[in-house]
Amino acid sequence: MGRYVIRRLLQMIPVFIGSTFLIFFMVYALGDPVAALFGDKAPDPATAARIRKDLYLDAPLWKQYLHYMGQILTGNFGTAFNGQEVIDLMADAFPVTLRLTLVAVLFEIVVGITLGLLSGLRRGRAVDTTVLLLTLVVVSIPTFVSGYVLQYLFGVKWGAVSPSVSPAAPLDELLLPGVVLGLVSLAYVTRLTRTSLAENSRADYLRTAVAKGLPRHRVVTRHLLRNSLIPVVTFIGTDVGALMGGAIVTERIFNIHGVGFQLYQGVLRQNSPTVVGFVTILVIVFLLANLLVDLLYAVLDPRIRYA
Amino acid sequence: MLGGTRARTLGGAALALAVLGSALLATGCGGGAGGSGAGVVRASWGDPQSPLEPANTNEVQGGKVLDMIFRGLKRYDPKTGAAQDMLAEKIDSADQQNFTITVKDGWTFGNGEKVTAKSFVDAWNYAALVDNKQKNASFFQDVDGYDKVHPAKGAATAKTLSGLVVKDERTFTVRLRTKFSTWPDTLGYAAYSPLPRAFFDDHQGWLKRPVGNGPYMVDSYTKGSSMKLSRWDGYPGDDKARNSGVELRVYTDNNTAYTDLQAGNLDLVDDIPSAQLKNVKNDLGDRYINQPAGIIQTVVFPMYDEAWSKPGMEKVRRGLSMAINREQITEQIYQKTRTPATDWTSPVLGDQGGYKAGLCGGACTYDPGEAKRLIQEGGGLPGGKVTITSNVDTGSHRLWMDAVCNSINNALGNDGACTVNPVGTFADFRNQVADQRMTSLFRSGWQMDYPLVQNFLQPLYYTNASSNYGKFSDPQFDRLVDEANAESDTGKAVGTFQDAEKILAAQMPAVPLWYQNGSAGYSENLVDVQLNAFSVPVYDRIQVK
Repeated sequence: MGRYVIRRLLQMIPVFIGSTFLIFFMVYALGDPVAALFGDKAPDPATAARIRKDLYLDAPLWKQYLHYMGQILTGNFGTAFNGQEVIDLMADAFPVTLRLTLVAVLFEIVVGITLGLLSGLRRGRAVDTTVLLLTLVVVSIPTFVSGYVLQYLFGVKWGAVSPSVSPAAPLDELLLPGVVLGLVSLAYVTRLTRTSLAENSRADYLRTAVAKGLPRHRVVTRHLLRNSLIPVVTFIGTDVGALMGGAIVTERIFNIHGVGFQLYQGVLRQNSPTVVGFVTILVIVFLLANLLVDLLYAVLDPRIRYA
Repeated sequence: MLGGTRARTLGGAALALAVLGSALLATGCGGGAGGSGAGVVRASWGDPQSPLEPANTNEVQGGKVLDMIFRGLKRYDPKTGAAQDMLAEKIDSADQQNFTITVKDGWTFGNGEKVTAKSFVDAWNYAALVDNKQKNASFFQDVDGYDKVHPAKGAATAKTLSGLVVKDERTFTVRLRTKFSTWPDTLGYAAYSPLPRAFFDDHQGWLKRPVGNGPYMVDSYTKGSSMKLSRWDGYPGDDKARNSGVELRVYTDNNTAYTDLQAGNLDLVDDIPSAQLKNVKNDLGDRYINQPAGIIQTVVFPMYDEAWSKPGMEKVRRGLSMAINREQITEQIYQKTRTPATDWTSPVLGDQGGYKAGLCGGACTYDPGEAKRLIQEGGGLPGGKVTITSNVDTGSHRLWMDAVCNSINNALGNDGACTVNPVGTFADFRNQVADQRMTSLFRSGWQMDYPLVQNFLQPLYYTNASSNYGKFSDPQFDRLVDEANAESDTGKAVGTFQDAEKILAAQMPAVPLWYQNGSAGYSENLVDVQLNAFSVPVYDRIQVK
């Protein structure tokens, strides 16, 4: 197990280098960001040249990349255009988005698995049909629509919550945005759980468990659900990374100053230190989440072993 | 219940998650969000692009703050836009080239330091020096010695502008390179603000919490999320703040700001989202402001391209202008938050300041028949078709581009005559324009720096001027602008500028589309809300109920 973890961690290094280079290359390909700093005015050549030199933009791409990686290894993620250290931006943004993701994932797990369990155990009945229909509706509504509608209903019409989240972004204010963010994934979790349950309910070991005369709740939780959760856990694990990166729409709607907001600003202003820095961290989060999923397999199903 | 060690690991993971969650919660609660003090205006804001230094801020969001915490030699009247003396006791000149400036007595910065002639000269020298990389450095290019402190290439050979001399505590002199009669009126621009010693002594500290000499003081500044300003009670000017402070909140999306205004979480938004323009009158009634701002949108022809500048093409250019139905587009797409343009300036200048409705004449009036005739007479569109290029990431540019092209296609009876060329980001668009990669029409927006007719003409159409992207060049236009700048009588100068503008009407190097309005909305908590000529709310006049 320990060797497996170490091997997995070592595998992350080439993935990390490759992905940062790709992102660096893509942001670079967008063009020179300095001209836009001057707004509608033509950039003053002398000032623009100094800014370029400061940002290391006057060197060829490979040199810029090496310089950037050298900086990262010493913990320096560069400076955004507004003079703020990117590392400070991250320290502000990541906890906020992490909290938002946490709300979304918890919502997904609790509500999604419960609904999936309900409909999976009552296949073909009214509950099942209703849940299937509801999830179909949820999947087909894009996040920005559900976001604006729920924001208007809860925030303006009923005044139940504040339509926007304050800069500190405490957990209670993130409930509604978290639900919006987790809504689409929730539908997938529900459907995955239901299908997986349906498959496993015909398995031999389950028939054995029932034949042994085990109480029903023990059969369901210990034998059926536990084995059925493997694909669900895989999905949720990869979804953590997707949610953090995909929070861009939700964060915009609810004015949350998290990762999505910083990425959006970074792309709009073609600020490579911001974009590359944030995406690099997201890549790491994604890799770690995947590792965690693989380790969880062993917890859920002891038959899965690691060499 | 679940038993065994593996189940315990699961439980442990959940516990760890919970601890992590509460730790995150704890760190997040430092800000003390929510309840603002009484009498504070809660206003929407955008994240400023650069650190807040007077000579390094060239966009509206940072400009808002500078307008609250700084006062310069001149100030533009919030209603009329006219330049009035603020810290300047007098600005004298005998020859329109050498100016003697006397600073009023009794002004201090928020930290108690006196505002003297040196406060201005030091600030201006800092702004102009190329080593300081100030984006507004070019505002000092008219001052003598600029080429030494800010050479186009290489290192600076002087640290200070030779044209600036401190005479005594309250007097300094300015020598310009050429005559520029309306130069004193440019001094209301934020780049000309005075700076306290603290700016130079502890620059990083100053940037974290800027100190100026305006009616407000910065209490706290959290980059990217909010700034809290409070009224400075020791402010010596007569435009003291009428509220106890302003809280600026960064919104990533103006739709959310508008929603917050409706929910009572916010008092003032100064950018109504275009999707809401249809409802805004119902929602806000007379708490909706829609008034002219010093912004004009044009489409420019690449005059550096032979295909567009050869003789006869002026007819094609005028014809294209006449093929655009401005009335219809401003009404249907912009719900009258834009006004069809009939000259190259802005209504905020007023008739005395140089705005002249209808100066463009028939060339800016929709007339599809005449448009078609002129274009044919001029030899037709180069290559048989045109494209319009603009960035489409902001400002709903895509919408009007499609509409303008449709209008041209309808007028010419040819569906393929005009197509749009959308560019993904503003930065990319700016690069293409700056590199002269445009081969057909492209958008150019101009927001005035100061309410002068000169600012709408010289930087944009004078030969090799800084923002003359189409590289238009006309000796007679240049001569008239020089003449107007040398003229000491303002009325005559304005007349000469308008003569120059008539050359634009004949040559049509840029098609004026529409004047842009400022739009804002506010809550029932506020009274006396107005926008100035730059479409920025006049914060100090706002009263909170």
